[in-house]
Amino acid sequence: MSVETGGSSAAEELMPTAPAAAAGLAPAAGAAEELIQLLTPEGQRIRHSDYPLDVSARELQGLYRDLVLVRRVDTEAVGLQRQGELGLWASLLGQEAAQVGSGRALSPQDMAFPSYREHGVAWCRGVSPLKLLELFRGVSNGGWDPAEHKFHLYTIVIGSQTLHATGYAMGVQRDGLTGGSTNGDSANGDGANGDGANGNGSEAVIAYFGDGATSQGDVSEAFNWAAVNNAPIVFFCQNNQWAISEPFERQSRVPIYQRSRGFGFPGLRVDGNDVLACLAVTRQALKAAREGQGPTLIEAFTYRMGAHTTTDDPTRYRVAAELEAWKLRDPIERVKAYLLRSGAAEAGFIDEVDAEADQLGRWLRDACRAMPDPAPLSMFEHVYAGPQPILDGERDAYAAYLDSFADTAAPPPEPDDDEAQPAQPAVAQAFARGGEEL
Amino acid sequence: MSTLTLARSLNEGLRRALEDDPKVLIMGEDVGKLGGVFRITDGLQKDFGESRVMDTPLAESGIVGTAIGLALRGYRPVCEIQFDGFVYPAFNQIVAQLAKMRYRSRGQLALPVVIRIPFGGGIGAVEHHSESPEVLFAHTAGLRVVACSSGPDAYTMIQQSIRSDDPVIFFEPKRRYWEKAEVDTAAPVSEALPLDAARVVAEGSDATVLAYGPMVKVAVDAAAAAREDGRSLEVIDLRSLSPLDLPTVADSVRRTGRCVVVHEAPVYAGLGAEIAARVTEECFYSLESPVLRVGGFSIPYPASRNEDHYLPDLDRVLDAVDRAFAF
Repeated sequence: MSVETGGSSAAEELMPTAPAAAAGLAPAAGAAEELIQLLTPEGQRIRHSDYPLDVSARELQGLYRDLVLVRRVDTEAVGLQRQGELGLWASLLGQEAAQVGSGRALSPQDMAFPSYREHGVAWCRGVSPLKLLELFRGVSNGGWDPAEHKFHLYTIVIGSQTLHATGYAMGVQRDGLTGGSTNGDSANGDGANGDGANGNGSEAVIAYFGDGATSQGDVSEAFNWAAVNNAPIVFFCQNNQWAISEPFERQSRVPIYQRSRGFGFPGLRVDGNDVLACLAVTRQALKAAREGQGPTLIEAFTYRMGAHTTTDDPTRYRVAAELEAWKLRDPIERVKAYLLRSGAAEAGFIDEVDAEADQLGRWLRDACRAMPDPAPLSMFEHVYAGPQPILDGERDAYAAYLDSFADTAAPPPEPDDDEAQPAQPAVAQAFARGGEEL
Repeated sequence: MSTLTLARSLNEGLRRALEDDPKVLIMGEDVGKLGGVFRITDGLQKDFGESRVMDTPLAESGIVGTAIGLALRGYRPVCEIQFDGFVYPAFNQIVAQLAKMRYRSRGQLALPVVIRIPFGGGIGAVEHHSESPEVLFAHTAGLRVVACSSGPDAYTMIQQSIRSDDPVIFFEPKRRYWEKAEVDTAAPVSEALPLDAARVVAEGSDATVLAYGPMVKVAVDAAAAAREDGRSLEVIDLRSLSPLDLPTVADSVRRTGRCVVVHEAPVYAGLGAEIAARVTEECFYSLESPVLRVGGFSIPYPASRNEDHYLPDLDRVLDAVDRAFAF
């Protein structure tokens, strides 16, 4: 690869001492030549022979807009939690580029399996941020339609979703929607439902998980199953360096991206704070999956700039200098610098996006506060496909019990559907273009 | 005597166990530097070192599986499972391995492993953070299953569990972690109420209310409210869910003639079902009404904005008492 970038001495002085972090932080110094980077923290574009990427000014603006709006969703959610409007929030601060880059690499037909921090991917898949807030407010367990958005529900039990994603990818194979001839298990004939590997009909699957999850047996099993089945899947690991209080060194003695070799498929490490690099490597890995070349492991080397969740206090276990070092590698600032320097955008565009973010933030705050509690009896719904006598009896008895209070207290108000909701501004429909490929 | 939160009482109990026996180890996710997400192990790694208080990789099956190995080598591991809903990856190790080793080895192998699990709801948490899976373990022969409800019991029961030569699943009522009580840390644990004994926490004569873990406080509050209405409820904290202290329960029910069992876990096939059957068998001629159960519904734990409807509260306990008197 050829590198055209200046040094970042200020950043290097503040680098964490942890070897793994240092290795990922210093691509320009050649200390970690495996780290794929297309845009330096200073906003210098790097050409990489393996990952050529042509991005138009409009596309670059779109990515910037995604990054800024996704961060605003996150900032607002943290604020809403502090005000008691949410029970909890898992912040993605610092991981916007990994999520937007990989999320925008997806085709509309590709299926994504998130963990619980993929708010940026949700954005790219057209899931309303309000649906995410619904979950963290305790109103639902995730109110979006996974099939509509091709974005599965959040999975909180660590790593479980990697197996679901692998099984889903095996289903894609059996539906004949993966190209290539390396698998012969197409139940519906050879590409009967699709247009072949390079056509619009071919599908791939992406599984999101974190560095901590790589310790779970489920994740190793998913790697193995995907490899043995040559499944059309991309394993996208955001290594944000911390599993709550445990640094990466407590999880693994080898870099995550090297894990895949032992299972028999390729792995690579990308600068997770570089949206262009994340876009390029994910796009290529998805293409390989669609063409029948099997799984790829992508380790997006990034940093959890906030707490694990709003209940966590990271000052108990990590030093402030580490965060300061990563702030210099902010995923948004570098895109802004490149946009302005390259002439792909003018200052007015930056202001427009900021204004758009303000509008989105206002809507999100108002809509969250106006969100009604679920009706009490709704908790009995959707446990089974049909009626279940014991459960139905419990529901009826509880309804009668609630009614017994009717003469002493006002009944709980029934939710008023959308009428109580503030109107969604045009800007908030930004997410509605989810699934749109760059 | 010191005034301690329940969380701090556990911390002091673990500290005492680490001091008393060099074979005692603590292992789990975030239990070291952070002191656990609920701070139950706060300061223990600093004082006892990383060799005895271990931050493990994020893998529950690994935590319990390696604890079994450490126990085979003569150690007494105390595992922390971060939340109730995260115990299932370790289910195979607990049910198929931990519970059965003594039996399979015809008594040659003991596995003195304690698995601490914060359980129950009421804290406004997201999915998998509010569950009550105790009956899954109570149904498994070879495991002792206990639940503490107060600081003093937390302090002694954790030490008794660590000293037990059987594996113990130790449930902690997470929504009571911050409640304070007087704890006598100078009293010898050997003189404390045995681990498998129930405790009468409020005496009464009209009905017996059985509870454990977070529901004990609800039951005691219900008894206080009932007293104002002229009803005298006896509240028993079961403490040990497997084995059950049936004599203490039966003695009470024979006097009161009525029995209500309260737990957060779903009523269906819950611990209350076992208790109802046993009490009916033991006390049939003393009963004025069927044993009634108050608990969670046959649904996954709901989104937290509905948890107050799911969790038994004072009114639902008194409602059951009313129904017991209506027979």
